[in-house]
Amino acid sequence: MAKLNMVKALNLALLQEMERDADVLVIGEDVGVDGGVFRVTEDLHRKFGAKRVIDSPLAEAAIIGTSIGMALYGLKPVCEIQFSGFAFQCFHQIENHAARYRMRSQGRFHCQMVVRMPYGGGVRAIEHHSESEEQFYAHIPGLKMVIPSGPRTARALLVSAIRDPDPVIFFEAKALYHAGREDVPDEIETLPIGRARLVREGSDLTIIAYGAMLRLAQEAAQLLHDEDGVATELIDLLTISPLDRETLTASVGKTGRAVIVHEAPKSFGPGAEIAASIMEGAFLSLEAPIRRVAAYDVPFVGFAREKANVPDVSRVVAAARETLAF
Amino acid sequence: MPRVPLEPRFTIEYLSVLDSDGNLDTTLEPQISPDDLKRLYRAMLLGRRLDERMVRLQRQGRIGTFAPIKGQEASQMGSVFTLRPTDWMVPSFRETGAMLWRGWPIEKILLFFAGYLEGGQPAPDHHDLPITVPVATQLPHAVGLAYAAQYRGDDAIVMAYFGDGATSEGDFHEALNFAGVWHVPIVFVCQNNQWAISVPLKKQTHSRTLAQKALAYGFPGIQVDGNDVLAVYAASREAVERARAGDGPTLIECVTYRLGVHTTADDPTRYRSDEEVKEWVRKDPLTRFSAYLQKRNLLEEGLEEKLDDEIAAAVKRFEAAAVADPLTMFDHVYAELPPHLVTQREEMVQRVRSRVIEPPAGGETEQLESPPLRGQRRTSRWPS
Ligand SMILES: Cc1ncc(C[n+]2csc(CCOP(=O)(O)OP(=O)(O)O)c2C)c(N)n1
Repeated sequence: MAKLNMVKALNLALLQEMERDADVLVIGEDVGVDGGVFRVTEDLHRKFGAKRVIDSPLAEAAIIGTSIGMALYGLKPVCEIQFSGFAFQCFHQIENHAARYRMRSQGRFHCQMVVRMPYGGGVRAIEHHSESEEQFYAHIPGLKMVIPSGPRTARALLVSAIRDPDPVIFFEAKALYHAGREDVPDEIETLPIGRARLVREGSDLTIIAYGAMLRLAQEAAQLLHDEDGVATELIDLLTISPLDRETLTASVGKTGRAVIVHEAPKSFGPGAEIAASIMEGAFLSLEAPIRRVAAYDVPFVGFAREKANVPDVSRVVAAARETLAF
Repeated sequence: MPRVPLEPRFTIEYLSVLDSDGNLDTTLEPQISPDDLKRLYRAMLLGRRLDERMVRLQRQGRIGTFAPIKGQEASQMGSVFTLRPTDWMVPSFRETGAMLWRGWPIEKILLFFAGYLEGGQPAPDHHDLPITVPVATQLPHAVGLAYAAQYRGDDAIVMAYFGDGATSEGDFHEALNFAGVWHVPIVFVCQNNQWAISVPLKKQTHSRTLAQKALAYGFPGIQVDGNDVLAVYAASREAVERARAGDGPTLIECVTYRLGVHTTADDPTRYRSDEEVKEWVRKDPLTRFSAYLQKRNLLEEGLEEKLDDEIAAAVKRFEAAAVADPLTMFDHVYAELPPHLVTQREEMVQRVRSRVIEPPAGGETEQLESPPLRGQRRTSRWPS
């Protein structure tokens, strides 16, 4: 057991999986000598060499495209896209191919690969370095979409993602990279992809969050408890797709009220699918309309205005109170 | 039938005029008036001084991450200098120097890097695109601009900037291919500063030069000493004249060096040696050009202090302008605000009113009261 931040925890997952399985390799921009711009691949180059930790030329489409080829051959590439804002350069490779090879070849081929990318705000960065785009990947059949909420879930989910026979898009909240340490066991740990995690039990209201928004939701839940005496059930989604509908409906079936929090813009975001799933599964238990707290439907606003755009504790609390007062 | 060699059999020219001591090859010396030489040097020095000031501002937390230009002043100024105001300049994210030359006020550049999008708004009469962050993605836009200029019969040409790493992206190749096929008036300026963050040129391409990539697309490429402002100027002028004469695109590879960090978030000691950096410090474009000007008696006394004062005054204006009214985030999403954004904007008004978020300095403005109706409000932030 060691106390690790999320960067170190992810690094540990990569290191141990690479030691365990010679087919796992890492590819991306600056992932080798530099150890990645966020240092997630630190030291791997030294340990495993340039053949297994590939400093690629600057071309996302070719990073993903060649990784697909490697995966078709049986290797297990873990690709890093430097920022999620630059994954549109390889979106066609992900959507047209990684997600579809299993279907297209009728099971003869598949792409066991992970595409890691830092996403989300909170780092005072320029355009394309702070956005949240999980909804695009969650919408694509054939892909899995995972977002850990801290060091321990990050480590365990990355191991699961590497071992998953299907392509996994793995988002890492930049705001969480150095946001604190957690105990991470030395021995390899996994978490099932497709399963949410109950972070806090309660009977009055369900709050659903993931990634960097989980902390905010936790604070809101505590505040609602302290100031309003409200017992919040808090769900850490962990996997956006496939969505854990069972956990969601069981919780809202109990509480009758739901608030969903995400950093991506509101319209057509993950909140819409989550809300629809709850409606389908727990309609008769609902006591109030489901609320979504999300970024506004505007493109990147510049970091001077970022705080006003992305959800904060006060917005989550306000939405919860409206739901409770309905 | 036998195997026969086909075209192209090619050579790529390398152009250098000034050596690192400021001596020059007089047969190659471009004709530039003494006044223009002084303006060029002033622009390069302003670029350098602002860059250094920006690094300090970033370290103090007054602006965010940015990409310094230190070492690349000659590549930027020697090329942009050959444009007319009616020509188009398409930057990537490391063209502070070229932007200054094109008339971007220092305070706007600072605002941009302090997280204010209004800092990225080109002036109404400026033919510059805003900073583009995704590598190489601006290049097809530049080709489109050139096509449009040609389509309209304007004599404007386009100059587009990018780095060595950008030449690996698909957008680079697609843009050059279109430019060649369409034979449009464009000059591609590649600032080959040897590094794309931690990736050296030899890991970026197996080509001997970047300039030769133009040949594959059917137009000329030339490699120049990018730390020699006279060489960059000479090659750029030639390319601009070709473009304007309807002779199509050119690719100029400026061989230069990023003397500083990739961005202020980068630590270059992890991937390159001090010796390499020192080697390039000896080829500093400013030292070389000032030695040349010295010989011609064209160096201005006290220029550095003057420029520093200019920068200091701009920093003050920037700090006064750095006030984030959150409502402006709805201003430029669409030409007309759709109903769902009217609702979201209304929510923001309520948040500002209830002081859940800080109102902009000066208290609530009239904008809070007036519902957004048609069109963009306050489209321009430039004084009229
Ligand atoms: C499409 C895309 N991928 C990745 C990045 C992250 N990134 C920013 S600059 C850079 C290196 C660019 O190198 P180069 O083109 O040589 O220009 P330089 O930074 O050296 O001026 C990278 C990888 C980006 N901005 N855009």
